[in-house]
Formats: sequence, C-alpha cells, structure tokens
Amino acid sequence: MTKKTLIALLLLVAVASIVPFVVSNYRTFQFTLVLVYAIALLGLNILTGYNGQVSLGHGAFYAIGAYCAAVLMDKAGVPYWATVPAAGAVCLVVGFLFGLPALRLEGLYLALATFALGVSMPQLLKYKALEEWTGGVQGIVIAKPDAPWGLPLNSDQWLYFFTLGVALAMFLLGWNLLRGRVGRALVAIRDHHIAAEAMGVHNALYKSLAFGVSAMYTGVAGALGAIAVQFVAPDSFSIFLSILLLVGIVIGGLASISGALYGALFIQFVPNLADEISKAAPWAIFGIFMILFVYLMPTGVAGALRMLSERQKRHNFPAAKNEEEVP
Amino acid sequence: MKRLSVAFLSLCLAAPAVLAQKKYDAGTSDTEIRIGNTNPYSGPASAYGAIGKSIAAYFRMVNEQGGINGRKLNFITYDDGYSPPRTVEMVRKLVEQDQVLFVFQTLGTPSNTAIHKYMNAKKVPQLFVATGATKWNDPKHFPWTMGWQPNYQTEGHVYARHILQTKPDAKIAILYQNDDYGKDYVKGLKDGLGAKAKSLIVAEASYEVSEPTVDSQIVQLQSSGANVFFNVTTPKFAAQAIRKAYDIGWKPVQYLNNVSTSVGSVLTPAGLEKSVGLITTAYYKDPTDKRWDNDPAVTKWREFMKKYHPDGNVNDGFNMYGYSVAATLVQVLKQCGNNLTHENVMRQAASLKDFRVDTLLPGIVINTSKDDYAPIEAVQLQRFNGKQWELFGDVISTEK
Amino acid sequence: MDAFLFQVLAGLATGGIYASLALALVMIYQATHHVNFAQGEMAMFTTYIAWSLMDAGLPYWPTFLLTLMVAFLLGVAIERLVIRPVEHAPVLAVVVVFIALLVILNSVTGWIYTYTLKPFPSPFPEEPLWGIRYMSPHEIGAIGITLLVLVALYLFFRFTPLGLAMRAAAQNPQSARLVGIRVGWMLALGWGLAAGIGAVAGMMVAPIVYLDPNMMGGVLLYAFAAALVGGIDNPWGAVLGGFLVGVLENLLGAFVIGNELKLSVALVIIVGVLLVRPSGLFGTVHVTRV
Repeated sequence: MTKKTLIALLLLVAVASIVPFVVSNYRTFQFTLVLVYAIALLGLNILTGYNGQVSLGHGAFYAIGAYCAAVLMDKAGVPYWATVPAAGAVCLVVGFLFGLPALRLEGLYLALATFALGVSMPQLLKYKALEEWTGGVQGIVIAKPDAPWGLPLNSDQWLYFFTLGVALAMFLLGWNLLRGRVGRALVAIRDHHIAAEAMGVHNALYKSLAFGVSAMYTGVAGALGAIAVQFVAPDSFSIFLSILLLVGIVIGGLASISGALYGALFIQFVPNLADEISKAAPWAIFGIFMILFVYLMPTGVAGALRMLSERQKRHNFPAAKNEEEVP
Repeated sequence: MKRLSVAFLSLCLAAPAVLAQKKYDAGTSDTEIRIGNTNPYSGPASAYGAIGKSIAAYFRMVNEQGGINGRKLNFITYDDGYSPPRTVEMVRKLVEQDQVLFVFQTLGTPSNTAIHKYMNAKKVPQLFVATGATKWNDPKHFPWTMGWQPNYQTEGHVYARHILQTKPDAKIAILYQNDDYGKDYVKGLKDGLGAKAKSLIVAEASYEVSEPTVDSQIVQLQSSGANVFFNVTTPKFAAQAIRKAYDIGWKPVQYLNNVSTSVGSVLTPAGLEKSVGLITTAYYKDPTDKRWDNDPAVTKWREFMKKYHPDGNVNDGFNMYGYSVAATLVQVLKQCGNNLTHENVMRQAASLKDFRVDTLLPGIVINTSKDDYAPIEAVQLQRFNGKQWELFGDVISTEK
Repeated sequence: MDAFLFQVLAGLATGGIYASLALALVMIYQATHHVNFAQGEMAMFTTYIAWSLMDAGLPYWPTFLLTLMVAFLLGVAIERLVIRPVEHAPVLAVVVVFIALLVILNSVTGWIYTYTLKPFPSPFPEEPLWGIRYMSPHEIGAIGITLLVLVALYLFFRFTPLGLAMRAAAQNPQSARLVGIRVGWMLALGWGLAAGIGAVAGMMVAPIVYLDPNMMGGVLLYAFAAALVGGIDNPWGAVLGGFLVGVLENLLGAFVIGNELKLSVALVIIVGVLLVRPSGLFGTVHVTRV
C-alpha cells in the first residue's frame, strides 16, 4: 500500500464513520445495505472478474448466508454477531463443493450451472422437508440488535458500524489475497489457463478455491443483509437478485476492488431513482441507466476512473517537462 | 374571585375541545393528508401494480372534488418489485422521511410480513393490506395492522362446507401455487373438511409461478380419478387449467378461488364454454360480467376509469378492487374528522359500522371493531352459466 | 401406463415451446457468439405487435408475415443502434446490455398494453386431431412449424450464398472481411433472423400460455437449458434439447419427486449431463490451440 492510497483509505473510513451522524436513520439503513452489497459484489468479482468464471446464480449463496443467520438466531438463539462468521463458513464449504464439478464446465455451460443454482434456491427454501427450519413460504422474522456496552447509538447506527467493520475486514482480506500470489494466479487462469498450468499454477485447486472464497464473501453479505432487513423469505432471493449482482460488478468494474463499492451504490440507488422518474415503467428507466453506464464506461466506473487518472498523469508529465524548459 | 375561577374552569374545559378540533400527527396539516403505499410496478408480479395505479386515480378524483374536510390526499407510492427487502426499505422511507400518516394497501404477504413488526413498533397504521392471509386480523398482538379482503383460509372453509353438503362422496384434487397464498387456501379447505380431509382429498399438485404451463399437473390430477377439482391459481394458470381440464375430457365439479374469477381476463381466455359450471365466491362486482352492465355503481366506475384512469384496462378486476378499497379508506378518513393522529386513524378503521361500498356485492357490508380487524367477512357462492356468474345461496358470513 | 403416455405427450407439447425459443437463441449464437437474454422479451414484444395488428382487423396469415418483417427490422435495428456501440466492450458488458434490453422491453410492453392477460388466436383448428386429447391441434401444429423453421434454417445456411457468408462472418471475421463479406451487416442480419424466429416462437407460444408481458420469463429459462443441453451451436440439438427438457420435467414431476422440486432436479440432471459431455449432447467440441 502506498502512502497515498493509505491516506485515501483512511479518509474514506473517516467519511464513512461520520455518515450515520449526519443523515437520517432511513438513509443510514440504506448505506448499510450499500456496504452489504459491496461485500457480495467483491465476492462475485473474485470469481467472475478475477478468475473469469461467470456466475449467474450468486443470489443463491447470498440466500444461504441469510438463512444461516436467520435460522441460527431464530432456532438456536445464537447472537447476531456470531452468525456472520458461521454463514461465511457454511458458504465457503458449499461454494467449494459446488466449484469442484463446475471445474469441468466453461463459459456458457458454467453460466447455466450457476443459473440453475440461482433458479432452484427459492424452491429449495420452500421445500416442506426443510420447513421446520426455514419457515417455508412464510420465512423468518428476526429481531434487530441494539448497540452493546451502552454505546450512545440507535440500532440503525450500530448496525451500520457493525457492517462497516465487517466490510473493512473483508475488503482488507480481499486486498491482501488479490494483490499477491493468489490474485496473480487467478488472473493467469482467467487469461490463459493452459499457460498458467504450464507455469505451475494448480488450476483445479485455485478455481475451486475461488468459488469457495467468493461464496463465503457473498454468504457473509447475505447474513448481514438478513440482520439489517430483519426478515428472510424465499421471495427475497429470486433469480433477479443474482442478475442484479452481475450487473453490479460489470457497472462497478470487473477485476477491481473499489469497483465493488461503485457497483453497490448503483444497484442500491439507481432502481429507486428509476422509480422516482416513472411509476409507469420503472424498469425501462433502470434499463436505460444500465445501457448508458455501459456505453460511457465499458470497463465500469472503476475502469473509467483509472483511465481518467492515467490521462491526468500523462497530462501532468509533459507539463512538468515544459516548465523545466522554461529558463 | 368566584367569577374568575368559573372563567378559569370553563377555559380548562374548553381547551381540550379546541384541541380535539384539530389534532395532527406527522403527515397531516390543514391542507394535506399524506398516505404511503408500496406496489410491484416492476418485475414478475407487476400485474398487481394496477391496484396502486387505480388507488392513485381514485384519490385524484377525491381531490378534484375538494378532498376530505378540505384536505387533499397526497398518495406517495413506491415500487418494491415484490421483493420484501425492498418493501422494508421503501416503507422506512415512507414513515421516516416522507412522514406519512399511515401506509395503506401495501401488497403481498411476504412484503407485509417483513414490515409487520416495524409498523407496530413505530405505532404507525398499516391499513387494509392487500393480502388475504389470516394473520392480519390479530388486534391483540398487532393493533396497528389491518387487512381488508376476505381471507384465503375462510374462503377455503366456504368451499369445504359446500362440498360436504352437496357431494359427500367427493374425491378432491387440488392444484395450488407453491407459496403462502396457495398453501393458505389448501389449509382452509382441509380445516373445513375436518376429519374427512384425509379420505376425501385424493391428489395435490403444486406449481411455481415461473412455470410456463400447468398442463402436466392437470394430467396428473385427472389420473387420480378425482370428481372435484379445487383450483387455487392466479389468472394465467387458472385459465390454462380450466382449458386443459376441458380439453382432456376431465369433467369434475370445479371450485375456483376468487383471485381468478374475472370473466374478461380469465374465463374468456380459457373459453367461456369450457368454464360452464365453475363455482367460486365473490365479494365485489366483476366489471366484465354482463350481469352488471346496467348497474349504477359499475357505470359510475366506468366513468371514473374514463376520466381519471384512462391508461387502465377496464377488463382488469384489479381496477375495481383498488376503487373499492380506496372508497373504504375515504370513509375512514371522513370519520376521523379533524383528529388526524395515528391512533385515531386506527380507531376509526376499527369502528366501521355496516359500511357499504356500492361496488361490493349486494348484501356485503363492512364491519370492524377493536376485536375484529377483518373488514370484509362475507362472501357469496356463484356459478358460471357460460355467459355470466350467477349468485346462489345466501351471503355467507365467515365470522367466527 | 396411460398416465405415463399422457405425461410424455404433454411434455412434448411444452417441449415444443422451449424448442422454438431455443432455436432463436442458437441462431443468434451462431451469428454473433452471444447468448441473447433479451430474446424472450423480443419475442413477446413482437407478439404484441401481432396482437395489435389483428385487433385492428387484419387476418391471421397476413399478420403473421407482417410481424415477421417487423421483427426482422426490429432485430436489425437493435443490433445497429444498441449492440454495435458496445462491440469492443468486454463480453460481460454486452450481457448487461442484454439484461437492460430485457427489462426495458418488459416494462414498456406492460406500460403500453397493461399486464392483463389477453387471448391470442391460433391458426389451427379447435377440434382434437385423430382423437388425441392430450396434445391440442395447436400444440401439434406449433411443433410442425418449429420443425419447418429448423429445416428452412438448415437449407439457408447450407445452400444459399448469403447463408454461407453469414457462417463465414461468424467463424472467422478477419478472413471473411478479406474476401469481401461485409461482416457488420452479416451480424445485423443474424439479429434480424433470430428476431424473426423469436416472433414465430412468440406467436406459437402465446395461444398456449396466453399473452402477457411476463409470458416468456419462464420459457426463456427452459429454452436456455434446452439450447445448452443440445449444444449451443447446433439447431437440431436445440430442438431435441427442448423436447428432452419438456418430457424430463413432466416425468420427474409426475412420477419421481413431485412438483415442488421438479424444476430443481431437472436442472441438476441437465448440469449432470453437461459434466459428462461439456459441449452439450450434440455440440461441437472446441479444441484450443496454444
């Protein structure tokens, strides 16, 4: 981490910490959801952006995470903070296991397999054999946590900080993972898996690991989302959630850590904006926004920002040279 | 001194009266009443969006005619795409940011379940929710939530009673949507059949809304040899089921849930000749049913559609539903007078006495009390004769 | 035994629906190497155009032909106006554009025509053919038309210069350009043809599932599975895949696991098949040169 990025990061965290004190509880709740989506998008980006395995069914892992949290709180009385790592662990295992057979599938066929997972998830959650735990079609209502240790925060503010803490940890972990050996291996597999294999990258291991880690991120996000919304039901996790997550990483920027945050802002706020513009056809407006973003920034918001800063550098550099020439 | 104290006393007595004249909670003023709502205007359930749009049109009409006690109704409605997390977000926006006096007709069982606890904790009314689940009539635990339409389970009871009376040797086959709505109906029927449910029901088949057709399920149910068919489906699947049953030559006695009784958008697509003999219940007038062609209330509704909601489809029963429920709300607000607090809205909603909306079937009146949070509790059986629905039997009260 | 046979017949009928849309998916994949998620909504939208024409009093077959032409133009226009500008964007960015098209078409149709169910006429007779009650004449006719489209496509790509040029443009754009084929227009043509096939699919599906803006949502899911299980680059495979999915799903639902999980299990089986044959049952195996 260079000094500059460290300062930028600290600044971002500082701003993020002020947010719940200057905006209303409702907005705080919305920003909590942004953080939740950001974690989920980072997870999907590890798999699809960095490793090139397209998933059309990540909503399923989000659902598993959410239900893990809800069932643990509702049936076993586990405190909310403990359900988050539990949901992550469950999704890590499920994702890894799903990644093993998925190794044989490439491109579109993998997309179909994940799509199938996403489509099936609501059906499985409704299934009567599981009803005792999942609450079937009725779902599970859970209680909202209050701030601990007598902190002078209301529950929305506390939940925001809790989510912010988890998000920071997850992003740091992701940053460490992706900037190093593992990240390079993932990208190498995406760009040319045969060459990667020849260079000694264990393709199968890394690909299934990518699946597991990606699912873990999304599962953690699901658990946090369930706690924030205080309710889970099969209808909350339709295939459209998976598609929305995919839209999020593309618009935020593929293979970019900061892209997850931009994508999260997009999928949280743009549908609301579309609804404000037109009650008659909100989806039409949402679709137009998607097309506009792709037209203007084909490599996502993160890609566009990167290009902008590089252009700025190139612009600055000759300018500096000119100054030197002037006596 | 004595006069002074008398004056003081009368002032004290008068003060509450003055206050009672105008009492406001968030979302109201001398000129406005803010009402919140969520509806699916996008996504796979967007057919229901017609309800929100027709309610908005009704309020436009009320406002044009001067509002209620001089106050305009400001209807703030948001799209939730039938996704419970979005409902939570939008309802919080309505309550915390837009500061509505109450939310009205929020749509869908899962969506309303998601905000149930929140609304009751906030003590903001969640009025006349658009779902037929039983749990909305629970004033003891959830005094701030109230339903409106007859609930699915009691409708199931009504069919069960009719089956037991007319066909004691019935072999019943059930087709239902695999969600809370479908399962509520099935539960109602089974409860109504009581101990006989096990022996009478010979087959059950479910479907998902994402399935293109229910043909396979109908073939399955037919092969069970059933002679009674209980059809718990939404319009598209209801029409498919009626047509398929006819086409493969299966001729059971058919009970159709009242979600899908529109002549225009269900029976016509299925084929009117294929729908002969269907039995269902009704509580509001179907605008596509010929029998109401000259009914003054339906004529008035048609004029309303033309003038205030020209984009709406006059074959769509949801527009009639929205109109009727909006009329009920207007009555509640009229009863509130100048005391527009959360508490009074709820109290007035719970004191509707023999209130009649003219678009409801003759004989159906709305009654509520502080122990009875179920406004419409009567339905009437009707049978399709190939041209229109024919009511038969009495108005059946489902009050327990 | 009868019940089994009836389920197979009903499965073939719904399989025919999946096959017709799967064919449109394969068509566009062959021409552009994209899977168009908006294909179902395009088909739905053109079917509404057909409905409007008939509502205005036009008879069935002229409407049919006119709708094909409109659909073709719509396909070309979408390629030129919407897809062309993102030609060089990453594949997933194009996928997002497809998703955007899907939601736009769905929403705009609902806005224009409302979401109320509409009956859509069939060109085939009402009375059961040859005493078969488990497949309506329309369902039999629709399968016939799908097969007809399949044969026409085969002949087109195999025997006409234009078909050959389109294949060349898809397989090797650089070389095709060198021999004078206008690759850009070939892609647009591919979109037009796929939209036309989609329009046929829509007009064949609508009498069965009724016309509403969400009528293709469920169908697309199965068509996607059908196209891939058959092999995304093989039209015959797509049609067979459609029937396979339809029948498999019915039999699982009726006799094996019940309706509540039949979709999930059918999908698991399909993915299972793909694990054994990763290019689909009839797809071409691609060999990558290093």
